Amino acid sequence: MSSKSADIPNSAPLLRAMTDSTKAGQLPDGLTAQDLKQMYEGMVLIRAYDERQKKLQRSGRIGFCVTSTGEEATQVGIGHALQDQDWIFGYYRQYGMMLYKGAPITELADHLFGNRDDYAKGRQMPAHYTNRRLNFVSSSSVIGTHLIHAAGAAMAAKYKKDNAVITTFIGDGGTSANDFHSCMTFAGVYKPPLVIYIVNNQYAISQPVSKQCGAETLHLKGVGYGVPAVRVDGNDVIAVYNASREAFAKARAGEGPTLIELFTYRVGPHSSSDDPTRYRGNESDQWLSEDKDPIARTRNYLKSLGLWDEAYEAKIWKDAQNQVNEGTSGSEKKPEPDWNSLFEDVYAELPPALARQRDELIEQESEFPRQQEGEFPL
Amino acid sequence: MAQMTLLQAINDALKTEMRRDNRVVVFGEDVGVNEGVFRATEGLTKEFGEERAFSTPLTETGIVGAAIGMAVYGLKPVPEIQFADYIYPAFDQVVSELAKFRYRSGGEYSCPVVIRTPYGGGIRGGLYHSQSPEAYFTHTPGLKVVIPSTPEDAKGLLASAIRGEDPVIFLEPKKIYRSVKGEVPEGEFTVPIGPARVVQEGSDLSIFCYGAMVEPCRLAAEKALEKEGIRCEIIDLRTLYPVDEEAILASVRKTGRALIVYEAPKTSGYGAEIAALIAERAVEYLEAPIKRIGGFDTPFPYTLEKIYVPDAIRIFLGIKDVMAFE
Repeated sequence: MSSKSADIPNSAPLLRAMTDSTKAGQLPDGLTAQDLKQMYEGMVLIRAYDERQKKLQRSGRIGFCVTSTGEEATQVGIGHALQDQDWIFGYYRQYGMMLYKGAPITELADHLFGNRDDYAKGRQMPAHYTNRRLNFVSSSSVIGTHLIHAAGAAMAAKYKKDNAVITTFIGDGGTSANDFHSCMTFAGVYKPPLVIYIVNNQYAISQPVSKQCGAETLHLKGVGYGVPAVRVDGNDVIAVYNASREAFAKARAGEGPTLIELFTYRVGPHSSSDDPTRYRGNESDQWLSEDKDPIARTRNYLKSLGLWDEAYEAKIWKDAQNQVNEGTSGSEKKPEPDWNSLFEDVYAELPPALARQRDELIEQESEFPRQQEGEFPL
Repeated sequence: MAQMTLLQAINDALKTEMRRDNRVVVFGEDVGVNEGVFRATEGLTKEFGEERAFSTPLTETGIVGAAIGMAVYGLKPVPEIQFADYIYPAFDQVVSELAKFRYRSGGEYSCPVVIRTPYGGGIRGGLYHSQSPEAYFTHTPGLKVVIPSTPEDAKGLLASAIRGEDPVIFLEPKKIYRSVKGEVPEGEFTVPIGPARVVQEGSDLSIFCYGAMVEPCRLAAEKALEKEGIRCEIIDLRTLYPVDEEAILASVRKTGRALIVYEAPKTSGYGAEIAALIAERAVEYLEAPIKRIGGFDTPFPYTLEKIYVPDAIRIFLGIKDVMAFE
């Protein structure tokens, strides 16, 4: 266990745009100044949302949170390449794409509080977002199960001859899970319009990549399944966008799946229940340095293009923070879901046995109304 | 109406539903060109092409998981698990994903997958080709569990399962795939999921059973009438979740005695659920203790399967036992 786990093996170079193929002071192919600013502002909004989540959790107003500090470029670079008809099968750290695709903060915050307006009706712990309008699919807490769902959805999209690309995401640890194998097998055999992202953020809770997998890099896992794979600097938002755009174009042209390893850093803990100093000391301090932090790197790039100044920086942060504060404060005040909703959505129609269980609860509640938790009303 | 085996009726249901709705797709290990190890998918690839009826790589997790993704995206997948015993590698996908998709997304996404799988003993399949896993699935909210015992029901229940909006575990009693024949309506035909079927009426004792156990129950009841003058009522449950509680209670209220017969290991088997239901809601009508006859609490055996699976003799003795209580 040392910072070596986060070193980049020399034998497998990372695709980069902001430092290699794009000269400073020059717009990259296919992106306008407006695109770049939008991507930068998208990353700032995610970080502001994460700061707010942390505060809400520390002050005990929400029970749990997951942040993606340091990984903003992975979400914004992909989000910028996605089209409306595309789908996202993510895990708990991909909410930044919902934000980037235009979900109001309130929709995400309603889920954090598990309130009446939460799409999941308060059934999942925070960070298990769902959003039908954005084709953002509900996820499990079991690692990797959604990967094969994404392969199935991509097979369905191919069968229906839709022009949709299905994206799915897994961390470095999740590539050890059974369902990763099934997903890659189906991807290789059926060649559906699927893009599988490995968000290699160096740690699966406490386990470094070197103890997770014997291969030198994770993108090598594409080879055995016949799935073309690339390895990208996940903190270079333009490189992430470029790799995604290319993979999506291939998928839409019927040329099958791509595996993309995004090399990035999980600056914060795995979740609010985790203390990373137990297993990586202060290793993460260097991960928000100017050469690693995706926001700092984009800022420097914008500067080189003359698209950035202090006033702009101050304004977008203020806007993001206002948006986040307003969105979350509204959610906090909403009541919890109606207890009747407990029985909804188990089946399309309520089965008789479940209806009877509900009716018994209705009778009990009307006879002995609940005052507050722990109070015995009799 | 045509005479069909249970297996032919299942094949007929698949063909009929695939003709009716092009969202229906069928896949699993060897179901394509080989048409299934039991031939349940005979002619499907030929008629509907490999796009809609195809063989998959050997991964049950993959089969069920991909079906979930297809259903979420808008298709009506009917995956096959070659033997119910092989569903355990996909168990997590079934209970953690398939069953929970609608609930965990607050109804934003639904997951209408029908998993067909042959189950139960009677074909000398040994430990890994004979299990009856129904109780695992009836214990999982979000799933419907259906088991036909006649060709007519096999066709009608499978069609209803495919047309429904919920995930269904469709367990096919493989012992009677070819041995049971019957009239099956041609063309589009459904039997609703939920209601039980009264196999025969009787006034002295209620027998609750399903799948391949219906026939030995019928034989045992015939002997009980012939030798002891006992008139048994036989109820084929057909759907284990949601189960037809009212049919069960009405029968017990009439006869006052209950015998439950199933092939799975007795302890924590589905019979316990029926016994508990009767105890909770009709105990005052009982004139004798409820009796369960199940498989034994051992893994399923190969050579001795005839002893393991309840047969007409054990059921006959069970009937006498319940009737003997004063």
